[in-house]
Amino acid sequence: MSIDLTLVVQLIVFVLLVWFTMAFIWPPLRQAMDAREKKIADGLAAAERGQRDLAEAKTEAEKIIKAAREQARSITDQADARAGEIVETAKSEGEAERRRQIEGARSEIDVEINRARDELRGQVAAIAVAGAERILAREIDANAHRALLDQLASEL
Amino acid sequence: MDEGQAAPKSATDYISHHLTNLSAGGVHVDSIFWGALLAVLFAGGLYLIARRMTSGVPGPLQNFIELVIEWLDTQVRDTFHGASKLVAPLAVSIFFWVFLMNFMDLVPVDLLPAAGEAAGLPHLRVVPTADLNTTFAMALAVFFLIFFYSFQAKGVKGVAAEFFIQPFGKWMLPINFIFKIVEEVAKPLSLALRLFGNMYAGELVFVLIALFTLSAGAHTLGATLAHLGHPTTLLWLIVQVVLGLGWSIFHLLIISLQAFIFMMLTVVYLSLAQEHH
Repeated sequence: MSIDLTLVVQLIVFVLLVWFTMAFIWPPLRQAMDAREKKIADGLAAAERGQRDLAEAKTEAEKIIKAAREQARSITDQADARAGEIVETAKSEGEAERRRQIEGARSEIDVEINRARDELRGQVAAIAVAGAERILAREIDANAHRALLDQLASEL
Repeated sequence: MDEGQAAPKSATDYISHHLTNLSAGGVHVDSIFWGALLAVLFAGGLYLIARRMTSGVPGPLQNFIELVIEWLDTQVRDTFHGASKLVAPLAVSIFFWVFLMNFMDLVPVDLLPAAGEAAGLPHLRVVPTADLNTTFAMALAVFFLIFFYSFQAKGVKGVAAEFFIQPFGKWMLPINFIFKIVEEVAKPLSLALRLFGNMYAGELVFVLIALFTLSAGAHTLGATLAHLGHPTTLLWLIVQVVLGLGWSIFHLLIISLQAFIFMMLTVVYLSLAQEHH
């Protein structure tokens, strides 16, 4: 149990071992481990980025869908309004047509009435003359009394 | 037990035989041989692993090594607050080398010496850390490194101030100096003696456990087998196996712990050396 030259030899062995570890073992070990750490960190970062992108895309999609829904609603609203308008127009046109036709019919009726009235006038004149002839029992010159008869007829 | 010697040996002979180094040319050949062999095994093995390192998915061996290295590196980084390319590899070397040398204690205590004796070696101690030379060699290296880091971080003036001015001021210069000397010398001394003491005691306990069958008159493997029918021999054999197993399991904890302590204290001392007080 003595300290002797063995110490020096063991010291040399130790120094060589430390040197070897420092020069040839530590750098590749550390390098590979650092590289993997970086790889893992990058992977995690990428995954996080992907998740964020996905969330962003989701909100974007929701926004687009919302806008599309609003647009569709406005289109149907417009269509409804347009349909109402068309119905209104058709109604008022129909009303106007109805009125026009009634007008036409009414004027036609008036014309008919006047014609019938004229005809009746002529016939009344003739009947009146015939009646007067019978009453007077003599021939009345129709021509001599035309003016009087016409006047009578117009008074009917 | 020494199979090569059929003659009965006393317990004293057996123990002192186990505690004698194989010396040649003024050095302990066995300590150097096993220390160097384990250093080469560690360096070579880790070199092969390091060369085939991939930053992709690691294999089981690489994974294990990485786990240990990462753990050691974390310890170093938590303790040593400075930029140094040496400290982490130094810590790894110390931990693995000390652990491997300590681990030689778990090889059956008579196996390698008996094999050595069969090969013509009169003595063989296989635990280099149970040799003061080995532990002091490492402690001395750490001692020099402490000064190296002190001078590097604080310069000659800073180190001189630590030696002569602190902690009591310049009027107590001699006392400051003596305090500092004691402090600095205590570091390698405690490092070396702690490891040596633990390993020496561990080895001794294994030797003592091995004495159980020896004391039962079973001096050789052949004698043990011949006496197996004898109830005392059998009893001692069982006692030896149980105690040997128990101590091996407990010692496994000690050798890991001592390797870790040596490494950790080295890092702490170096960290203290490069810090300004």
